Amino acid sequence: MLKLLKGIWLVFLHAFTRPVTIQYPDVKPYLPPRWRGRIILSRDPDGEERCVGCYLCSVACPVDCIALQATEDEHGRRYPAWFRINFSRCIFCGYCEEACPTYAIQLTTDFEMSEYDRRNLVYEKEDLLISGTGKYPGYNFYRVSGVQIGGKDKGEAEHEASPIDLRSLMP
Amino acid sequence: MAGIIVDDRPYQVDERENLLQACLSLGFNLPYFCWHPALGSVGACRQCAVKQFRNEQDRQGHLVMACMTPAADGTRISIEDPEAKTFRASVIEWMMANHPHDCPVCDEGGECHLQDMTVMTGHAYRRFRFNKRTFRNQDLGPFITHEMNRCIQCYRCVRLYRDYAGGRDFDAFGSRNHVYFGRHEDGTLENEFSGNLVEVCPTGVFDDKTLMPHYTRKWDLQTAPSVCAHCSLGCNTIAGERYGTLRRILNRYHNEVNGYFLCDRGRFGYGFVNSEERIRRPKSRPSRDGQTIPIDKDMILRELGPLLADKPSRIIGIGSPRASLESNFALRELVGPERFSLGLSVRDAGLNSIILDILRRGPAPSASIHDVEQADAVLILGEDLINTAPRLALAVRQSARQQPMEIVDKLGIPRWHDAAVREAAHARFGPLFIAAPYSSWFADIATETYHAAPDDLARLGFVVAHELDQAAPTASTVNPTIGSLAKRIAAVLGQAERPLVISGTACKSEAVIQSAANVAWALCKTGTPAKLCYCLPESNSLGLAMLGGKSLEEAFSIVKNGAADTVLILENDLYRRADALSGDAFLKTASKVIILDTLEHDTTAKADVLLPAGTFAESDGTLVNNEGRAQRFYQVFPAEADIQESWRWIRDLAVASGHPAQPNMTAWNTLDDVVLALSEAIPVFRRLAEAAPPEKFRMIGQKIPRQTHRFTGRTSMHAPLLMHEPKPVKDPDSPLAFSMEGYLGQPPSPLITHYWAPGWNSVQALNKFQSEVGGPLRQENPGVRLIESFGKRTVTYFTDAPKPFQALDHGWLILPWYQIFGTDELSARASAMAERIPGPTLMLHPEDAATLRFKAGERTELMLGNRSHRVPVKLDAAVPRGTAALTIVSDFTDAVLPAWSPLIRVAEP
Ligand code: SF4
Ligand code: SF4
Ligand code: SF4
Ligand code: SF4
Ligand code: FES
Repeated sequence: MLKLLKGIWLVFLHAFTRPVTIQYPDVKPYLPPRWRGRIILSRDPDGEERCVGCYLCSVACPVDCIALQATEDEHGRRYPAWFRINFSRCIFCGYCEEACPTYAIQLTTDFEMSEYDRRNLVYEKEDLLISGTGKYPGYNFYRVSGVQIGGKDKGEAEHEASPIDLRSLMP
Repeated sequence: MAGIIVDDRPYQVDERENLLQACLSLGFNLPYFCWHPALGSVGACRQCAVKQFRNEQDRQGHLVMACMTPAADGTRISIEDPEAKTFRASVIEWMMANHPHDCPVCDEGGECHLQDMTVMTGHAYRRFRFNKRTFRNQDLGPFITHEMNRCIQCYRCVRLYRDYAGGRDFDAFGSRNHVYFGRHEDGTLENEFSGNLVEVCPTGVFDDKTLMPHYTRKWDLQTAPSVCAHCSLGCNTIAGERYGTLRRILNRYHNEVNGYFLCDRGRFGYGFVNSEERIRRPKSRPSRDGQTIPIDKDMILRELGPLLADKPSRIIGIGSPRASLESNFALRELVGPERFSLGLSVRDAGLNSIILDILRRGPAPSASIHDVEQADAVLILGEDLINTAPRLALAVRQSARQQPMEIVDKLGIPRWHDAAVREAAHARFGPLFIAAPYSSWFADIATETYHAAPDDLARLGFVVAHELDQAAPTASTVNPTIGSLAKRIAAVLGQAERPLVISGTACKSEAVIQSAANVAWALCKTGTPAKLCYCLPESNSLGLAMLGGKSLEEAFSIVKNGAADTVLILENDLYRRADALSGDAFLKTASKVIILDTLEHDTTAKADVLLPAGTFAESDGTLVNNEGRAQRFYQVFPAEADIQESWRWIRDLAVASGHPAQPNMTAWNTLDDVVLALSEAIPVFRRLAEAAPPEKFRMIGQKIPRQTHRFTGRTSMHAPLLMHEPKPVKDPDSPLAFSMEGYLGQPPSPLITHYWAPGWNSVQALNKFQSEVGGPLRQENPGVRLIESFGKRTVTYFTDAPKPFQALDHGWLILPWYQIFGTDELSARASAMAERIPGPTLMLHPEDAATLRFKAGERTELMLGNRSHRVPVKLDAAVPRGTAALTIVSDFTDAVLPAWSPLIRVAEP
């Protein structure tokens, strides 16, 4: 009997506490920046595509929902010819982001992706590529890497000496 | 055997090996770079350090390079010793000091020996804070990429290219940390084996340039064991596909055939599979002059069925030396043996069957490529190996090292000690006699060369045989030059322990082939176990000869006489086999021309019905190589819609016609059914089924996956077409599956789809598949040698030595000049090849040219098979007087060669 009254009393008390339910979608919840939502492909600080088509995200993906084809421009810069994520399979584990050596692929705070037709959950590169750097400003893979691309000759990357002159006789 | 102690445990190893090889064979993961089982040790990279102890009491020990230390009895080493481990990690760290941050954009990534070894040693964090050294790259032509920043200076490339393959336009330049590996200037790598750099270089300096336009990581390729379709040697390959196109060819190790290496034709010739000119749908041509229109598969079968049923005796089947045994056999069954033609001219079919007959008759057995490498004296009669059987040329270069090895052995130098061995042998080469109509760079190591017209080459062979055994017939009126050359050759061959005679169909001369047999037989008869090696024109030439059938001329005359009017052509372009006039006449007379093929060509342009056949990558089948070895190739990826194996098309035709003659055929559902029928029908193929495990074969109840266990994109690649992932396509023909699921261990050798082992992602995972590193594969099934002549001792020599070649005043004997790039019908259609295929050229002796008042580069007119051609002239003093060599590229075929033609200088406008 006493127990029962105690229970009723507790319920009564709760009537005066602040509600925790957020009135989504009228009120938007706070999502931390590292939230793992809709995946995007970002650009480097120079505005070029960051993705170099290395296939590391696709190999890290436990549900194999990333498919792409790498290609190269006439100056040797690699990028994906096409890049597809099937969000109807994606489990938002973030492994792809962790695997990406260029910060290209990033998970964002957007989770509002419901569709009536599953086919609309297949995102192509046009749907994924944003115009900014996303969460990681500053990093440009090609400034670190040793390959030559348009606008960056051998020896012009960070921590690189100028190319060896093979015809030099100096010891 | 020697007993060695590794980390306090005793092991038995082969004392002829070095410690590195021994440890790897025992299954230890000991990192290395510069050692290669086929190239030996030089101790350049310092990666394979282990601790060696003098005796049980020695606790201090000293670091040695495992690859430079013999696995002598009683050797005590430690791999796990902390000092050795630290040393190995430091070596990697030094290499990484200058290594670029390239893995994501490096084609080697995911199959990089440097990545594997770095992980193996445990080096993880970069401490080096200074600038990295950089190099400029070179453009090395259409096959190979160059990214010198990634080099770790292991010297493997230059040892392969120069020492092993004999290339000259590649070297190590510079000194200290400026060492550079490349050419003296930008330009195409000339050596025919440059593609092996892709696999030999442990880093991403050299990679496959043909892969780049459709770049795919190793883990994403669907791969299957295959057999090269581009010459008669049948090198084993691994072919890889992604998203429905074939992406690259890698070497597949076969201890007795190709070992570790392929030629560039085999590696880079795959592009024809993805060609725009593929026949992808059944087509029919309603009117002879009109266009073809695509037609539904069932419809075309319904249309053809009654046609075949009505008059089965009026059908002629034309087979092909580039189609599988099974497809040729299916055609033979459909039309009946009397109406099955080999699709070869009388002459070409005859040459192949003479070779078959010689190999069967014995006593000289046919040599595998491995046997060729072991030979200690070689005579080449009439073949330009580098162009007609490239991988064999590479093997012959190794055979030339056999005799100098005696010096090496006498000095007590172990054979794996490459630098010391080469120093001791010091540019000495064993006996190699090349008698061929013209020269190639490959002759640089020849003891003697002799350039003459085919008849004279045959005469040399006869004389050599006679020198060896007086009972062998000789040639008439031998001039002293030939006489003394023959004496020298005979003396050397007679003294050798494992002499070898190489010949083939390149001269299109029966006499040359026969004279080679006489030489080998004379050696056998006089007690030297000689072997014979013949090169044939195509991947299944010998298999087709075993099957047997009518010549093309007979087929032509059957149709001409009106005894048949429907023609079914299997994967064959008749214009490459016969002169254009008879080809035209034949195709015109036939009332219905049905062609099963993969690519459009001159003959398909005249077909009434075209059926899309699968290439080697889209079908399974068996090919018989030049030594008589039957080898299975496996389908790499499910073929698109209507494309299927030729034998399946023929089966479908049989079903559609309600085939009265061959009720069994309609019951063929799998390749095994065809193989069984073939092995029962023709005795020589009795053991055919042994060449590969049957479809029912399982490893622990599972099929063997063609996809790697980390194959990606499964739930995304088909998404735009189909939201529900399609089921893996069933493979009714083999124990392999188009799937990433299945048995993950090591299958028997013909079923190895890719080399991978934990910690070993690069091609060097192969070590783990060999019973002993550098030796045969575990559970090796090397295919079946269908011809064995061992034990036969009776010799019946060929007697018809030809008369000496007589030059004519106003005509030149035009000989075929085969080209590694361009002659093979299929690889010539690969886009990557285009840049390497030479233009048509006629090669002439300078003095002949002088009498004609030709200068190099000028053009000449010549008449072949009633057609006139204009080609530029090239001068070369090795071409025999009175003959000229014509490149067999583009429209030129060897069908009508050798032939006499006048040469008329074309006045340039
Ligand atoms: S891991 Fe990053 S760079 Fe590599 S393919 Fe994926 S998104 Fe592109
Ligand atoms: S060679 Fe290997 S380690 Fe070096 S960048 Fe390429 S994949 Fe990475
Ligand atoms: S290019 Fe490759 S094979 Fe040659 S030395 Fe460098 S790492 Fe070794
Ligand atoms: S030698 Fe012949 S079989 Fe071998 S890879 Fe070259 S073309 Fe292919
Ligand atoms: S492998 Fe032994 S030193 Fe290179």
